[in-house]
Amino acid sequence: MKMELIQPFINSADAVLAQGLQCKTAVGSLSMEEEAYRRKGVAAMVWVTGDIEGRIIIDLDPETAVRVASKMAGAELPESDSLVRETACELANQIIGNAITALNDQGFHFRVHPPVMHTSEEGIKSSEDTEALVMCFDTPIGSVFMNIAMRYNRRRQADRAAAAGN
Amino acid sequence: MEQFSPVKRSKDGQPIRYLIVDDSVFARKNLARMIESFGGHLAGEAVDGLTAITEYDRTHPDIVLMDITMPQMEGIEAAERIVQSHPDARIVMVSSVGYQENIVAALQRGARHFVQKPVKPEVLYEVIKYVLGDDASVTSAAGAGA
Repeated sequence: MKMELIQPFINSADAVLAQGLQCKTAVGSLSMEEEAYRRKGVAAMVWVTGDIEGRIIIDLDPETAVRVASKMAGAELPESDSLVRETACELANQIIGNAITALNDQGFHFRVHPPVMHTSEEGIKSSEDTEALVMCFDTPIGSVFMNIAMRYNRRRQADRAAAAGN
Repeated sequence: MEQFSPVKRSKDGQPIRYLIVDDSVFARKNLARMIESFGGHLAGEAVDGLTAITEYDRTHPDIVLMDITMPQMEGIEAAERIVQSHPDARIVMVSSVGYQENIVAALQRGARHFVQKPVKPEVLYEVIKYVLGDDASVTSAAGAGA
């Protein structure tokens, strides 16, 4: 994955988390993973299709998810509250939506699908062209993980190259 | 949450009635808290575009806050269908996906304005006042509490 693809997600996560949690955030770690994705806790996944295709997962350990949801809801929530899971979905929606907006303005065209809860313990193993990038955003109330596995849509690339050649 | 000077309907001084359309319960609750801080009244909620159309017909709100990416029917199509039936409908799109094509498509199909998520209450407040125009009036906070 090229940095031009990744940077909008970093910027967006930083901005959305800073506004939602009203605090500063920092990128704690960044790694590439070829192994199958293992869920850490409360995880929401968004699929994107178009010039670039793949999925992005926002993942929080259960305790952090409760703290983040409570902060964003403005009230203390129990771990069992469905709003905790909904918060992960809305975080994913906002982070990915804002990143896609920036990428679209750079000329990439996407369709964003509604977020879904990622409930299985493991995801699909990354392939050669969809190696996953895992980023950790440190906040004062815990870490938020973002796992991105995307690849350029070769058919679309070929179509665009052909169109440019005409 | 910060309290704003209440926005009321000019014609009868009643609270502005809102329809919130979003598939995320978190987003709906968040928007409901904001409109409460604006002195508004929640007339109805919908989780997708199809339900939004029936809820609009049922509640006849003063303003609709409509997400774009939703299951069943997306917000832009729902906005278009509502405006076809109710040309005076005031619909504000509220979405995290705010690229230019999306905004233009929404406005061309009948939406009055666009607010990008995460929503800042002060931005939404100003947009609502702008969209309602002369049909709304802002009462002083002191007067509202009287």
